[in-house]
Amino acid sequence: MGSPVVVDKLTVSAGGATLVDALSFAIQPGEVLALIGESGSGKTTTALALMGYARRGCRISGGSVRIGDVDVLSLDARQLRALRGHIVTYIAQSAAASFDPSRTILDQVVEPAVLHGTMRRGEAELKAIQLFRELALPEPESIGQRYPHQVSGGQLQRLMAAMALITDPEVVILDEPTTALDVTTQVEVLRAFRRVVRERQVTAVYVSHDLAVVAQMADHILVLRDGCMREVGATERLLAAPQNEYTISLLAAARPAPRVSAAKVADADVLLRLQGLSAGYGTRNAEGKPAIMIIEDIDLELRRGQAIGVIGESGSGKTTLARAVAGLLAPCAGTMQFDGRTLPPALAQRTRDELRRIQIVFQSADTALNPSHTVERILARPLEFYKGLKGQALRRRIDELLDVVKLPRALADRLPGGLSGGQKQRVNLARALAAEPDLILCDEVTSALDTVVGAAVLDLIAELRRELGVSYLFISHDLHTVRSVCDEIVVMRHGRKLAQVARADYDRGPHHPYYEQLARAVPELRRGWLDDLDKQRPALVA
Amino acid sequence: MSSLSTSAGRAHGVPSPWRMRLGYFGVSGWIGLAIVAFWALAAVFGPTLLSRTGAAGGGAVFAPISAAHWLGTDYLGRDMLARVIEGARYTVGVAFLATLLASGTGTLLALLAAASGRWIDATLSRGLDTLTAIPSKMFALLIVAGFGSSVPMLVAAAAVIYVPGAYRIARSLAVNVNALDYVTVARTRGESTGYVMLREILPNIAGPMLADLGLRFVYVVLLLASLSFLGLGVQPPEADWGSLVRENILALSEGGASVIAPSLAIASLTIAVNLVIDNLPGRGARERGAR
Repeated sequence: MGSPVVVDKLTVSAGGATLVDALSFAIQPGEVLALIGESGSGKTTTALALMGYARRGCRISGGSVRIGDVDVLSLDARQLRALRGHIVTYIAQSAAASFDPSRTILDQVVEPAVLHGTMRRGEAELKAIQLFRELALPEPESIGQRYPHQVSGGQLQRLMAAMALITDPEVVILDEPTTALDVTTQVEVLRAFRRVVRERQVTAVYVSHDLAVVAQMADHILVLRDGCMREVGATERLLAAPQNEYTISLLAAARPAPRVSAAKVADADVLLRLQGLSAGYGTRNAEGKPAIMIIEDIDLELRRGQAIGVIGESGSGKTTLARAVAGLLAPCAGTMQFDGRTLPPALAQRTRDELRRIQIVFQSADTALNPSHTVERILARPLEFYKGLKGQALRRRIDELLDVVKLPRALADRLPGGLSGGQKQRVNLARALAAEPDLILCDEVTSALDTVVGAAVLDLIAELRRELGVSYLFISHDLHTVRSVCDEIVVMRHGRKLAQVARADYDRGPHHPYYEQLARAVPELRRGWLDDLDKQRPALVA
Repeated sequence: MSSLSTSAGRAHGVPSPWRMRLGYFGVSGWIGLAIVAFWALAAVFGPTLLSRTGAAGGGAVFAPISAAHWLGTDYLGRDMLARVIEGARYTVGVAFLATLLASGTGTLLALLAAASGRWIDATLSRGLDTLTAIPSKMFALLIVAGFGSSVPMLVAAAAVIYVPGAYRIARSLAVNVNALDYVTVARTRGESTGYVMLREILPNIAGPMLADLGLRFVYVVLLLASLSFLGLGVQPPEADWGSLVRENILALSEGGASVIAPSLAIASLTIAVNLVIDNLPGRGARERGAR
């Protein structure tokens, strides 16, 4: 059913900058090509250009794109409208942002077919239901009557795939469709995508920064960097024998090596001890129990210099745990002891020194750094606030901090808007370090970063631990990340601590079944991993 | 702003921060700035430079533009140029001051509401909602009836009337910013409410609030004009631009300059104020950063 896609010397520019530079590739009918690279490498720009579309401010300035017999770039606006959503369809990263919250799902899924006149509404609805079934969605007959907020993120992503497939397109573009999902959900969605793509024999372009995911989906992989092609090849060949240096570094980053921990921490004194900690939101009843309990009865011991990872899916309460330790959410039961002394539950009751010794680093550096403060001012504040540094001493310390997180000193004058994602996360860390804390709470610090950049930040975190002796409570949904930096892993689900696994036992089993499930759900960097998983266990019904 | 002075020494070949800031101004920004400066200067020095005062009347009524009367004469035969220049004092002075007071107070209260607890927020919000419920002209009437009509009273009345609007907008912006991680980080650092309000939240809502200020300025000018029409605003023979339009409204049927001139003055000032605000550096920098 798919058509061949031939791209020749495609060039996209924005002002004076070239985003995609004379890119040429071809996709055989029914094959899946992966575009892989870090943010800013031009992979989404390339994918959008296949539909003859350039984002605001960008311009397709040269080359040609042929889908079947159609020269996409020579079409006028009316012909392009007929092409998009019909011949070429697009699945975006955030399904939640792509659905209209005020209309039912079915109404939106059948829209492309009705709009392009390929089917009558009734037929389209039947076809949609069939697609829902193929995508392993629960209750395929009635799920379409729901509104987007009534289904989960993974389901919404599959519903968007149904929308893209309803017109029987020749080419489907998948733009990071699983990046925003939990690992366990990601497996289900990947599985559904792969099945429909294979069964329907559509030509697909899969945009991603995650090599392990791409290895399950793609026949060929094209590695992009700075808008230039670095390497292209069949998936097996590229994974087994990468030729380009950049590909090699991508592969290395996708297989995170354990960052060696410092001296034995087993006999160090206990820094943080949580006993029976429970917390929640909403009004409290007569016994002081909040309306919605988020975490219940958590026991945890963190020794000085130790790094403990907390993993779990979204909604498992891992962030709430960090918020309770940081004092942002007063627990309703249980005690917290920090360095031998009881930690008051609320921020206002803690002394400035207690506040200094526990610092929190948030996931998204975009929102964690005030966009109207310069880097210098961001770093200066905790130094002035906790240590009263001024003038020359203050400036020297800021320079030192920038050196510690390996940022050039010249960045001090910049606003966060002028930094890259990795640089922002380093500033974010530097701000926490400025307080010279004993404990840093890291909340998903690498989730928003590309693989290579994330790996560098992990290296930095491990190095800081070795050299400064700080302890970490490291929260993540990514088992790989946690395993590479932490001595112990705490598994959380539905607000309870299920298991605690020490580094030495990572590979020794058997562990708690949920830990095993999480471990299995992390895509491995080899072809056929998903097939093996399917063999081990019949397809899940979500 | 200590960071500005310390950062200059570090970077090489970077122009001083102030020059960089003004460099962000586009052509339209400079035009707006020039017009605002012109009216401000006219308000301060204008009356002393003019050969005749606006009070001297007795010429032809609604006379057209001529060498003797550059902007014609009004309904009592007074020179319009002098009237407009003298009116600038009231419009630029009273309206500007009232707008600044209204937006400033509204923004500050909104920051307080967003950054502190539920009770302060609820009290402030409901209190200011009550104020919104009173019709603005009725309220002005009450104030003037109670305390008499004077320029400080007018400023106070206009400011009080427009505080709730500014508060509403600033609060909705501030609540969003207050939920962001950098504010949480500041709180976990142990910062006071004042620091969170003024250093963390304010710079990030300043752009939209300045745009709101430009809009609110237009409202205040109109309110002052309607108060003058009711005889409660600036008292004749003095007149702000709004009242100049009102008192010369008869010239409209004859296409006289006396009604057009003050209207153009209002239009030029409000547009200029908005041009300047649109070109302020923070906003341009954010848009560039977002790209």
